[in-house]
Order: sequence, then C-alpha cells, then structure tokens
Amino acid sequence: MNSIVFAVLSVAVIALLCSVMLVVASKVMAVPEDPLFPAVRECLPGANCGACGYAGCDGYAKALASGEEKRTNLCVPGGDSAAAQVAGVLGVEAEDVIEMMAVVACGGDCELAPEKADYEGTLTCAAAKLLSGGPKACVYGCLGYGDCANICPVHAISIVKGIAVVDPNVCIGCGLCSKTCPNHIIHMIPQIQKVFDRCSNPGMGKPVMEVCKAGCIGCTKCAKVCPEGAIAMEGNLAHVDSGKCTGCGTCVEACPTKSIQFVDWKKD
Amino acid sequence: MDFKHLLYIIMAAVFVNNYVLQRFLGICPFLGVSKKLDQATGMSIAVIFVMLLATAVTWPIQNFLLDPNGMGYLQTVVFILVIAALVQLVEITLKKYIPSLYKALGIYLPLITTNCAVLGVTVLNITEGYSFAESMANSFGSGLGFFLAMVIFAGVRTRTESCEAPDSFQGLPITLVSASILAAAFNGFAGVVETLFG
Repeated sequence: MNSIVFAVLSVAVIALLCSVMLVVASKVMAVPEDPLFPAVRECLPGANCGACGYAGCDGYAKALASGEEKRTNLCVPGGDSAAAQVAGVLGVEAEDVIEMMAVVACGGDCELAPEKADYEGTLTCAAAKLLSGGPKACVYGCLGYGDCANICPVHAISIVKGIAVVDPNVCIGCGLCSKTCPNHIIHMIPQIQKVFDRCSNPGMGKPVMEVCKAGCIGCTKCAKVCPEGAIAMEGNLAHVDSGKCTGCGTCVEACPTKSIQFVDWKKD
Repeated sequence: MDFKHLLYIIMAAVFVNNYVLQRFLGICPFLGVSKKLDQATGMSIAVIFVMLLATAVTWPIQNFLLDPNGMGYLQTVVFILVIAALVQLVEITLKKYIPSLYKALGIYLPLITTNCAVLGVTVLNITEGYSFAESMANSFGSGLGFFLAMVIFAGVRTRTESCEAPDSFQGLPITLVSASILAAAFNGFAGVVETLFG
C-alpha cells in the first residue's frame, strides 16, 4: 500500500513541477502576437478562395497586418464592404473593389454543337480532354463534365444542356473555375463590361460553322459596327475593351451567329 | 571509457541498430514526413535535438531518482511526462530567443514530443546499462540513424511517386514495400561495424 501511495505521489509531484515550470515559462517568455492580424482576419469573408493571390484569407490578413501588403481591395468575394472594413482596421483609405464575374466563353450546347464521338470514360473535363480533345466536335468548347462546377466554392455553376452556366447572382468572382477549366474558356470579366464573345474557337468561317452553330466565325462585323471602337479582333475572336464599351448593343444585333452576347449581370 | 568505444556505440546505433529500419520505432514520421527532402531533414534534425535533450534529462532521473527508491517500474510514465513537458519548454524558449530555429523546427517539435523512437532511445539507454556519456553517444547515433533513414527514404520516395506503380500498389503500399526493401538492405550492415570497431 505504501509503495502505491509513494509512486502516485512522486509522479504527481513530478507532473506538478513540470506544469509549474511550463506555466512560468509561458508567462515569462510570452511572445506578443500582432493584435492586428485577428482584427483584419475578422473582416475577410473566410472563403479561402485565393482570389487575392495569397494562400487563403489567413495569408492575406497576415500580409495586411504586417504591412507587406498595402492594397486593401484584393478581396473579390468580400467586395467593397470587406475592403472598407479592412481599411478601417488598418487606418488607411479604402479603395473600391473591381467586382469580377466568371463567364463561360462557349455557347455550343448539345443542340448547337454536335458531338463527334460517345465518351464513356471518367466523367471529368480534364479526363475527357485527354482523349483527343473530348467528345465534342469543337475541341475548344465547353466539355460539360463540370470540373468548374465541382470546384466552385459557392455552387454558382451548373451544367445546362451540356455547357457550364454561371449564376451571376451567386458568383463571387474568385476565379477558381477559370483556373480549373482545362480548355481555359472561363474568363473573369470586370463588372463594367457589358458584352462578350461567347466562343473560344480561334478558327475562321467554315471550320467553325461545321463544328458549332453558335461559334464566332471571325467575320469582324462587330468590330466594324461598334461606335466606340471597343472591339478588337484577337485570333479571329472578338475582344471587348471593358473601358470603352457602353453596352449599346450594336454588336449584339450585328453578330450573324449570335456569338456576341450581353453579359448577364446581377439582377439587383 | 575511450573515444573508440563511444564511436563504436554511435556507429552501431546509426547502421546496425538503426531505430527506424532495424528496430521499427518511429515509423509514423518515417512514412509521414518523408515526402520531401527539406521536410525530412527538418524533422530529423528536430529528432536528434529532442533525443539528446530527452536522454540528458531522463538518465539522471532514472539513476538518481527512480532506481534508488525502487521505483524503476515508473520509468515509462515518468519519461513520457518529463519528455513532453521538456519539449514544450524548449518550444517556448526557442520561440522567444531563437525565432529562426523555431521556424525551422517549430511544427516538428510537438510532433515528436512522444514519438516512440524518442521514448525508445531513453528506455533502451537504461536497459543497456549505459553510462551517461555512452547514453548521450547512443542517442546522438540513433538520431543520426533516423536522419540517414529519412534522407535516403525521401530520395527513394521522390522516385516511387513519379513512377507508375500498378493500381493496387499506388500510394502507401508501394511506400511500405520500398521501406521494407530499404530495411532489408540495412541488414547488410550487421557485423560490419563490429569487425571495424569491436
């Protein structure tokens, strides 16, 4: 009996000594952590989407708190309100966030763009693309297996009639889908842009029409009719200068294949 | 106790009685942190550090506190307790005074607090009946052996990751297979050290 009590007591004493030592050490050698970091982190939405260019919200908050990063408007999902809050915490002037949205530059749904083969492999875009560019006749278009929809943190993307469609009311503009798409057909466009070319096929004329009825044939009509000179042709595709475009819609009416379309912006 | 004897203990601990490959202690960091060479190196250096530190504390406890009072059976409990507290203390101290070293070892220190290799080294030092100097030599050698195994295996793994293993072997199975082959290869050291230094 005595030995048990002695053993228990001695272990308890050793544990007590150790804990006292640790408590004292943590008090004496406490390293003050930057109080700014949790305050800044609180302002960010916590989607960890990486649109700011840092590894998650923690990384951006850390860079802001330490003063390495001066720009408070990098958080796209947080938008103006997050930028204003961050600026308030840091005591600097807030700048507006240019809100971005993802658009899918492909209008070739299952009715307009025929398939050249039946694909029965792994149901991801990346896998389908490996097999001679995917089952679609147009190898530049949306494969429709939803790699973008799967990575979207807010489930803003759905596959409608074989192509990805972004819900403008849900999209937070993080750009993850744009990075994931194996065909690189999802573009991030600023909120001020009104129209875009809904096709990614760099071909011209007949080869495009053969594989998709919705394709941009590179006729340059839109570039010619635009009163602002906002449209330039890049590799047989129309590129819209968001700064010049007024959204008059002349190009949308002129486009023979209805490839140039209005951007479906948020309804509010 | 001459230098040759200590060198013999170190060499034996590194090659013949390698903790990972021959005694199969500390397998979880061996498989877990050996994916990249820099991580493996950081982890191994932390292990050497903690092994030396743990031995320096546990050997006196066993020989001056537990054994004289006939409480040798409390060894495991007391060792775990002391090593865990010690590593925590070292972590706090490093954070305050040597932040650069804390950054390098920081995430690995708590990981190896109660690693079986660390506990194994301290316990085996006692069971082998080593003196304090011999114990420290053995701990250093064991840590060095861990380092060697980690670095070799990190090299092996970068190769197995990039090659195409059969489906059923992909991932952990092929890692375990290569680990066992490496362990078998280390069997070849048995006898070598004894002939050289013994």
